[in-house]
Amino acid sequence: MSEIERHSYDVVIIGAGGAGLRAAIEARSHGLRTAIITKSLFGKAHTVMAEGGIAASMGNVNSNDGWQVHYRDTMRGGKFLNHYRMAELHAKESPDRVWELEAWGALFDRTADGKISQRNFGGHEYPRLAHVGDRTGLELIRTLQQKIVSLQQDDFKEFGDYEARIRVFAECAITDLFFEGEGDGRRVAGAFGYWRETGNFLAFEAPAVVIATGGIGKSFKVTSNSWEYTGDGHALALRSGSTLVNMEFVQFHPTGMVWPPSVKGILVTESVRGDGGVLTNSEGRRFMFDYIPDVFKAQYAETEEEGDRWYTDPENNRRPPELLPRDEVARAINSEVKAGRGSPHGGVFLDVSKRLPADVIKAKLPSMWHQFKELADVDITLEPMEVGPTCHYVMGGVEVEPDTGAAARVPGLFAAGEAAGGMHGSNRLGGNSLSDLLVFGRRAGLGAALYAQAVASETGAGRPALPDAVVEAAAAKALEPFSRQGGENAFTIQRDLQQVMNDLVGIIRTETELVDAIASLAGFRERVAQVTVEGGRVFNPGWHLALDLPNLLTVSECIAGAALVRQESRGGHTREDFPGMNPEWRRFNLICELVDGNVGVYKQDLPTMPDDLISLFEVAELKKYLTEDEISRLPEGIQR
Amino acid sequence: MTYTASMRVWRGDDEGGELVDYEVEVNEGEVVLDIVHRLQATQAGDLAVRWNCKAGKCGSCSAEINGKPRLMCLTRMNTFGEDEVVTITPLRAFPVIRDLVTDVSFNYEKAREVPSFTPPVGLEPGDYRMTQVDVSRSQEFRKCIECFLCQNTCHAIRDHEENKKEFAGPRFLMRVAELDMHPLDTLDRKELAQDELGLGYCNITKCCTEVCPEHIKITDNALIPLKERVADVKYDPIRWLGSKIRKRDGL
Amino acid sequence: MATLPDASRTAGRATISQRTLRTDKWWLQPLITVIVLVSFVIYSTWRAFSNANYFYEPLISPFYSPCLATSCVEGSTNFTPFGGWWILSPALIILIIPLGFRMTCYYYRKAYYRSFWQSPPACAVSEPHKKYTGETREPLILQNFHRYFFYLGLLLNIVLTYDAIIAFRNHDGEWFHMSVGTVVLLANATLLWMYSLSCHSCRHALGGRLKHFSKHPVRYKFWTVVSRLNTRHPMFAWLSLFGVALADFYVMLVAQGTIQNLYFF
Repeated sequence: MSEIERHSYDVVIIGAGGAGLRAAIEARSHGLRTAIITKSLFGKAHTVMAEGGIAASMGNVNSNDGWQVHYRDTMRGGKFLNHYRMAELHAKESPDRVWELEAWGALFDRTADGKISQRNFGGHEYPRLAHVGDRTGLELIRTLQQKIVSLQQDDFKEFGDYEARIRVFAECAITDLFFEGEGDGRRVAGAFGYWRETGNFLAFEAPAVVIATGGIGKSFKVTSNSWEYTGDGHALALRSGSTLVNMEFVQFHPTGMVWPPSVKGILVTESVRGDGGVLTNSEGRRFMFDYIPDVFKAQYAETEEEGDRWYTDPENNRRPPELLPRDEVARAINSEVKAGRGSPHGGVFLDVSKRLPADVIKAKLPSMWHQFKELADVDITLEPMEVGPTCHYVMGGVEVEPDTGAAARVPGLFAAGEAAGGMHGSNRLGGNSLSDLLVFGRRAGLGAALYAQAVASETGAGRPALPDAVVEAAAAKALEPFSRQGGENAFTIQRDLQQVMNDLVGIIRTETELVDAIASLAGFRERVAQVTVEGGRVFNPGWHLALDLPNLLTVSECIAGAALVRQESRGGHTREDFPGMNPEWRRFNLICELVDGNVGVYKQDLPTMPDDLISLFEVAELKKYLTEDEISRLPEGIQR
Repeated sequence: MTYTASMRVWRGDDEGGELVDYEVEVNEGEVVLDIVHRLQATQAGDLAVRWNCKAGKCGSCSAEINGKPRLMCLTRMNTFGEDEVVTITPLRAFPVIRDLVTDVSFNYEKAREVPSFTPPVGLEPGDYRMTQVDVSRSQEFRKCIECFLCQNTCHAIRDHEENKKEFAGPRFLMRVAELDMHPLDTLDRKELAQDELGLGYCNITKCCTEVCPEHIKITDNALIPLKERVADVKYDPIRWLGSKIRKRDGL
Repeated sequence: MATLPDASRTAGRATISQRTLRTDKWWLQPLITVIVLVSFVIYSTWRAFSNANYFYEPLISPFYSPCLATSCVEGSTNFTPFGGWWILSPALIILIIPLGFRMTCYYYRKAYYRSFWQSPPACAVSEPHKKYTGETREPLILQNFHRYFFYLGLLLNIVLTYDAIIAFRNHDGEWFHMSVGTVVLLANATLLWMYSLSCHSCRHALGGRLKHFSKHPVRYKFWTVVSRLNTRHPMFAWLSLFGVALADFYVMLVAQGTIQNLYFF
């Protein structure tokens, strides 16, 4: 076995998307030696795919906006299943996180008076999304990347070494975490991984590890997510003894491309609808008017005329139902297609060509125009797009302490971004993801930094020692696929797994199918355990996927398991056999844990919203979500 | 619409390699990256390829297709004839790691040589005011997805490895232009661009612009304006004299 | 085919022996450029040295305007700072300006670096040179003086516009007449203006050098107009080149009596 590189850091951050980079900046700003580990090149993380914007109640376009309004929208979007404290922190802190990006060089689109422009988006009461055309995620990732480079330049001036206090390990994957101590004293001691480029191993000694690995989209066949989204962080946390929350809630973005087949799933930004695009079925009907659920009736237009007026006069009109939260729109499209009113390639039509002049479309939606022109040979200024739901985001993730990002049960482990759960409840609003990355990326970086400092003062600055035997065991495990014979190719197994998840645990679920799925996933365990790899260790995608597959399988089992337990429909979880929300179920989160290698799911009480936050809502609205018992115990002073 | 295409893929590493022929199925609407993935799944499980988003947004799957630097995810197969041999090779300006994957660390090193955005001292976050006309120019350059196709194509380094030390390449000279046009940046990087980053190596032959998948007008909007700005301070005695007399900065 | 770059220059790169794997006709564009530019150079050299048939009242060839030596044919000039000591063709005095302007033009640089110097002949086609220093040192660093040729070119444009205006006279010097020659000189002057105004240095001088467009609305307006023209700079570069040659050719044909300058009125 070749030499295993050893590194020693105060904080190791797994993932270099928005959350990981923001966490790294925070940890480094506290003077700590920070490692960022990414499966891709620096600056390529999935965050670049985010198009619409960053939700932050700066009130630049409509001064009525404020954190309370944003908070309310977020809770409504999540169907009141959000962790109240996370939603609160998020609503309060996101403006500062956006402004700070500007101080690091970000160039957002501007309002006439020179402030950051904000755009409308589904579920947001006011124009709230800071944006740069339809490439906001790219701006965010590049700005954070350049901020890190500037910190490295500072270190170069001070120490003569760019990487003195912050280093990016690009194209490097983490396969295991290390621990020290037993029982209550058990805590994180480091991480183990390999260079994708060479196949060589590295071991990090570090008291604090931040999981910022993003989502699980590659569990599904039709997804807007890239190959990286194999639930690595989710699985690492579970295997460490931590827990996942809300895993049954998977967001299917209503508008993914459906044709040609090779680009199926690629995202069509919600801004298309925010800027006037309408959804029609094969009969030419704007069907979304038929799908406004009761809880949203008050906020959405009932006629096309009113909806159209809203674009120019939002004060006096209600918004069109195309801008309902994503889960509603995705289900509506699904229903239209099932009823035989779909487009030729199994989606529905999304049309801006008849709504806006060509030059406006090109200016407002430049990357969409290019995407359709180059990938589908469709000119969206002349013809409608064909769109359908695509797996986009997982609301579930590592159960964390809201203020610090500390993962449940495992000292030294932190999580942020899509890999963490709770913030978005059962459904995430568009634009809340980028702000989530920044707010909780910073908090997790801070939490990890303070934790690492505390550990250092307790142990006298010594870092945890990793015994050779432990490190070598991790290496041996990673090499297993090479020594096996006669198993399947990792790509085949992944494809079959995705098919099962798509067919049985997709956008509409039912008990029998979920039971089938769970049985079927159990069958995959043996296949995954037998996967074999051809070729060597140098940049071998087959081997890389073989190491990711167990993660993918574990998170898939969590999703299916939690989906079976939750007997209601809410947000990103729709049960055909239990249609409609059930207030009784709102009182619980479902928690996944790993017991002897098997996924277990149990109910846990949702934290109770404190009086000052619940008072932001009117009782009439709360009645749609809360049980009668909960309503009866509402505080005095709340409007009745 | 399905047919069998002849693909020729460079396989090898830094010790050598060769073009290997494959026959592979192609379906309607597919791009080159789909075909590479099919090769991986069916005939060459260890074929190394770098990719991420498969939607032209991340800039990972840069390669050379029939000799032209392109993103594999944005190259539709129907742009080739069904009987045409499609050749895929790794980027030629960078060291190869394996197959289609190259070591692009050169670019990350150069990125560090450009001094970062430097806002005015005392300007607090939240107080930034910029008009759209003032940010539009730099915004065009910030569309860059860092696929490094421009860096790979620029003959100044593609054909002259020895220039890598002196020349930062179009992507990072564009970054200098971006900062020089940023309405709130206060640092002057013009001398640095010419003296340290090798702006003079650019002979504006526009290959960077030709290969840019984001259609950024790198040469016309970034490099030539930067050359003009450098000329203002280094090669224009009249302006130099004028600036000494009138002391106007921050136009 | 050029020799392959040696191993030391390509350390660690993929071993691909071909100069390029491009399958399209990448050599066509540089070839056309060479043919056209060489033709122009031959024609203009011949005409510049010929020192004859450049003036026929009221038409003057753009190659010889302004005519600055006493040797200029009668009526073609009344400003002769070069006096009598200049014994070569007077075209050679003034042609320095358009030559310098076009030689240092950002577009022509691209065109001749690619076609004549093959540096590079086309994108992703390796160049034949062992060393490359670009415009980092003499003489090519002098390209940075493009702006001065631009300013001089503007002066020349004014003269050639004047030439076009005085072409609204008949052979006897009477105003308010118009001939094919008037149209030719007008077209030539217009194309030269378009070429000059779409120039990158012009774009920079008018507004490009500003950091804050918002503080200079008028210059911003100029800049946006010039920016639009600038995207067509290559087209104007070629059209104006043909324009100058055609204008000269027409004046020559008229001056040597091959054709009559047809008057519309």
